[in-house]
Amino acid sequence: MKNKTLYNYILGIADNTLILGQRLGELCGHGPSLETDIACTNISLDLLGQTRSYFQYAAKIKGEDATEDSIAFLRTERQYVNVLLVEQPNTDFAYTIGRQFLFDVYHHLFLQGLQQSKDVNLSAIANKAIKEVGYHQRFSSDWVKRLGDGTEESKQRMQNAIDDLWRYTDELFHTTESDDEMISEGVGVNVSELKEPYYNKVKQVLEEAKLNVPESKWFQKGGKRGIHTEHLGYILSDMQYMQRTYPNMTW
Amino acid sequence: MSENQIKNLETEFEARIARDEKIEPKDWMPEKYRQTHIRQISQHAHSEIVGMLPEGNWITRAPSLRRKVALLAKVQDEAGHGLYLYSACETLGISREELYEQLHTGKAKYSSIFNYPTITWADMGAIGWLVDGAAIINQVPLCNTSYGPYARAMIRVCKEESFHQRQGYEIMMTLANGTPEQKEMAQDALNRWWWPSLMMFGPTDAESVHTAQSMKWKLKRKTNDELRQQFVDQTVPQAELIGLTIPDPDLKWNEERQSYDFGPIDWDEFWQVVKGHGPMNKERMKARVSAWENGAWVRDAAVAYAEKKKEYKSKEAV
Repeated sequence: MKNKTLYNYILGIADNTLILGQRLGELCGHGPSLETDIACTNISLDLLGQTRSYFQYAAKIKGEDATEDSIAFLRTERQYVNVLLVEQPNTDFAYTIGRQFLFDVYHHLFLQGLQQSKDVNLSAIANKAIKEVGYHQRFSSDWVKRLGDGTEESKQRMQNAIDDLWRYTDELFHTTESDDEMISEGVGVNVSELKEPYYNKVKQVLEEAKLNVPESKWFQKGGKRGIHTEHLGYILSDMQYMQRTYPNMTW
Repeated sequence: MSENQIKNLETEFEARIARDEKIEPKDWMPEKYRQTHIRQISQHAHSEIVGMLPEGNWITRAPSLRRKVALLAKVQDEAGHGLYLYSACETLGISREELYEQLHTGKAKYSSIFNYPTITWADMGAIGWLVDGAAIINQVPLCNTSYGPYARAMIRVCKEESFHQRQGYEIMMTLANGTPEQKEMAQDALNRWWWPSLMMFGPTDAESVHTAQSMKWKLKRKTNDELRQQFVDQTVPQAELIGLTIPDPDLKWNEERQSYDFGPIDWDEFWQVVKGHGPMNKERMKARVSAWENGAWVRDAAVAYAEKKKEYKSKEAV
């Protein structure tokens, strides 16, 4: 492969949207109301649409017989490089919203950076995606506030979700080797610089939601190097089932 | 109101329907018209919502990204149909909560077809092709039905359904043109979904209790048997085109009728499923009820928050 670094860099972006889109897809038909069901499916659709754009580009870079599907479905667990946050389960609606919110704030900042990329394909995807993600962020922030400042029960559940998911936020700002190379070429986004605006924004919303900002300084990492939580294996066994059982077929 | 006055209103009402005028929510209508429409529209809305489950079952396992996105979008369309059908139903003076209550307690019915399991990917093709195909035949006449909100909702529903049907047929075609395993998967799905699809048109005319009144109110324009025949005539050539076999040894072209003759439907199976004893009745209801119950705290929170927000605003105003 001519540009392996760029290829890896794209996986680092698109595995997040793929796995989060897949997680949200689990909920379709089971939401707490028709309106939230439709909204979560919408977000899933946006994320998977973005994933397709990234992987189609990655497949071109990889060449040979690579397709968006071979990249999405035919890697092994250690080859997925999404952050741990997005693979966390839909424990309840507060977790779904918490996970979404903690990712959306990052995602929006990230895409702002990617819009400036010297790689025209990536900046074009970012230009389209940022409008969608702006909506996701509004949706999830509104729900954090609704649940945080709703009833006693919803407040407790929302707080639990934020407390539990908090440990996965720091990883968002770690840079990988391909990140460093892509940043130096003006293609990649320096995510370490997003940390401050991220926590500022997150804290602002949590305060408006009358929730406590977690103080824990213990964080988890590993997703970006392919070392995942136990959840990912199950996500993949569902997601890859057809491609693994019936290899090399057209669907 | 005197009996005579009511009679006059009824006569005028029937005349309006005969003139193909639309009845709108604020218009006077006979109580039976209102009840029949609540029953039918809500049944239709429930079918959309329960119908999300068998297809939702394959979202996480769809075989390609393109198929995954298309399936998600389709199931989302069904949620949208549910939403505007519930809204149409609410114009008749019943709340969404009451409608859900009727579904969850089994008082209201939904289309029995969704009580069958989706066990392979080909079922996504079969449902789109056959189930949505049958639904369209049932629903197209409703775009002209007498109750305005229902007719308008149906125009939108039908447009999207015909897109879904093409999508389903395209899945089947891809499988039928694929490897022997894929073709077998497609044939197996057709075998399992064919007869339940024919049952979607309801009992035979002789047994159908609502047909006469529904025809009068233009809730129905053709009888169950006529619609079923239309479906068979339309679908058999589509199956032939992609090399699949309709699982009916009695199926034969009738030159005289210019229609297909087909074998007997297993009405015992039909009634078993309608009465709640199909393969998935219990699971479907359980999934709906648990989504509703697990979502209660979320809906409560939204209401509480909206009230607090009003308070905050009025305080700010002071």
